Amino acid sequence: MNFRKYLLILIPYSWLLLLFLVPFIIVVKMSLSDTEMAIPPYYPYFTLSEGWQGIVNFFSELDFENYIFLAEDNLYWKAYLSSLKIALISTFFTLLIGYPIAYGMANAQPEWRPTLMMIIILPFWTSFLIRIYSWMGILSQEGFLNQFLLWIGIIDQPLTILNTNVAVYIGIVYTYLPFMILPIYASLEKLDISLLEAAIDLGCNRSQSFWLITMPLSKAGVIAGCFLVFIPVLGEFVIPDLLGGADTLMIGTILWQEFFANRDWPVASAVAVVLLLLLMIPIILFQRSEQKQREAEQ
Amino acid sequence: MSETDKTTCFEPWNEVGKKPLIEFRGVSKKFGALTAIDNVSFSIYEREFFALLGPSGCGKTTLMRMLGGFETPSQGQIFIDGKDISTIPANQRSVNMMFQSYALFPHLTVADNIAFGLKRSDMPKSEIAGRVDEMIKLVQLGNLGGRKPHQISGGQRQRVALARSLAKAPKLLLLDEPLGALDKKLRQETQFELVDIQEKLGTTFVIVTHDQEEAMTVSSRIGIMDQGKLIQIDTPDRIYEAPTSVRVADFIGDVNLIEGNATTTANDKITIDWAEGQPALTAQTTANIKDGTKITFAIRPEKIAMSAKRPDDALNAIEGHIHDIAYLGNISIYKIRLASGHMIKAQAANTRRLSRRNYTWEDKVWLSWTETAGIVLTK
Ligand SMILES: Nc1ncnc2c1ncn2[C@@H]1O[C@H](COP(=O)(O)OP(=O)(O)OP(=O)(O)O)[C@@H](O)[C@H]1O
Ligand SMILES: [Mg+2]
Repeated sequence: MNFRKYLLILIPYSWLLLLFLVPFIIVVKMSLSDTEMAIPPYYPYFTLSEGWQGIVNFFSELDFENYIFLAEDNLYWKAYLSSLKIALISTFFTLLIGYPIAYGMANAQPEWRPTLMMIIILPFWTSFLIRIYSWMGILSQEGFLNQFLLWIGIIDQPLTILNTNVAVYIGIVYTYLPFMILPIYASLEKLDISLLEAAIDLGCNRSQSFWLITMPLSKAGVIAGCFLVFIPVLGEFVIPDLLGGADTLMIGTILWQEFFANRDWPVASAVAVVLLLLLMIPIILFQRSEQKQREAEQ
Repeated sequence: MSETDKTTCFEPWNEVGKKPLIEFRGVSKKFGALTAIDNVSFSIYEREFFALLGPSGCGKTTLMRMLGGFETPSQGQIFIDGKDISTIPANQRSVNMMFQSYALFPHLTVADNIAFGLKRSDMPKSEIAGRVDEMIKLVQLGNLGGRKPHQISGGQRQRVALARSLAKAPKLLLLDEPLGALDKKLRQETQFELVDIQEKLGTTFVIVTHDQEEAMTVSSRIGIMDQGKLIQIDTPDRIYEAPTSVRVADFIGDVNLIEGNATTTANDKITIDWAEGQPALTAQTTANIKDGTKITFAIRPEKIAMSAKRPDDALNAIEGHIHDIAYLGNISIYKIRLASGHMIKAQAANTRRLSRRNYTWEDKVWLSWTETAGIVLTK
């Protein structure tokens, strides 16, 4: 009996161990190493062939040099803060656009809902990279957007959107919108219409019933959506790399550059570890709120 | 008791020229191909306690929802206080509804649920807490004010919903099965509370219930619904004693239905031929019935007397064997099988202890009743 119970938890735990903890430990180890012009480009390596002495040597070579470097060079701090800012602002805009869409979907005729859902999910069927490239086509100086605006006469000089932060925001909001819409839609769809009728019956007008009933009851969906957008956006690197410009600073891009342009794996690993620790905060908060929600629903 | 007062004093539906509070004029409601309400016209008067009774799915909730303004009639009009209901927005009518599903706000505490309507009204803030306490006391929710709806029992939720709809003391209160989840004692107490509230505040109640006893005790009039139609509206005693159709007779209480052919013998008397080898029955009726008309004779079990020998003076007497006995405590229901195969139910009070009961299974008994005990129904 007990054995079977352990076996049951053993499976997910060994899964986590293999796919998360082991790589994480390797990254942490790497972040404590020194750069070297070699393959792999760091030192020391971990070998068992030299026996106990080898292991002791290995550990004595590890240090926090890279972290000190991160703290001293203000590029990294700026990149972390700038990522945070971009993540917060784009989460806000995703919510601003996503909520009304989810609300509209939840209030649509039931026979339309699967179709609307399909439209939301459809973009996932094409490659993310292709979609970002097509945004480059839309936002560039000679792109569709500028051509259109010139044609209807709102502007007489093409706007510079591509390679600015604005393009990054557009790209992020576009890409992550479904992650905001789906949880909000799920919570709105569950909402019992008779609650709104009861609110109106007790003297609410439509906007009061929205703010007093609909909004609080979809809060769980809003929180889930915000975290689902915020957490991955914080480490995003493809969108800022392709749509952003010289002044776009995101920690994901830095990480990429350290790894592949500078081939400084130890510093890149340190950046990744710090990013992970930063992400722990919202993830823990998210789990807390999920937990609370579950307790409220039980 | 006040029952007699009620019937003699409070009969606004009989007053000539009296303006009804609610009036349905030819109202129908269709959901796609389904006709949930079928051309209904009736009136409810101020201070009435109007009970809607009918089988599940007959349209009671739909009727209530139209009154509350949550459904619009497909046809016809509804007037409240002489005003067409469709011209007043739902949140501005002095109507409150208690929903069959309770519709409690899950994110608010019991007290906040009850206060919800008060906060939207022009009641001063300082009085709201007091009013909420009063309502909590009324429905005996004690110290549950701080709990959320998911932390209380089903019956408690029902009481919160009731308190919430009562809190604003509306002119018209619509209660959709308000007491269904309560135990008998609490239900009776709450019924008395409702009657009390109604007498104190002059609220008009429309109440849906599946409990006939409840409808009988609390209501001034009962409307019986069947398949979207209101088939009879009458006072409780008339609904029970003088149903106008087989449907109503069958739906309310227990009844024996005997089909037969009528022959008029005297001015207001008919004889009914109903089965081979059975004596014809004699019944009184004011209706004009042509000879040979197919009728249904309805007689309630408690109006049938049982005896071991044929009573000498009885006009209607038939013989049978006891097929089954249902012991209900204060009374017993006997099922009697006749030679013709009919099954007749008779009821007897258990004035003696069970062990000293007069009749038992397969005993031969005589059933008898007077000529005014039953009703002759033609539809
Ligand atoms: N929104 C709706 N759409 C389609 N059909 C409906 C809708 N609401 C009610 N109906 C149908 O209308 C009929 C009457 O329903 P209603 O809810 O009024 O019954 P009820 O008398 O209240 O029954 P119960 O005693 O079970 O509560 C039912 O056949 C029901 O299926
Ligand atoms: Mg109903």
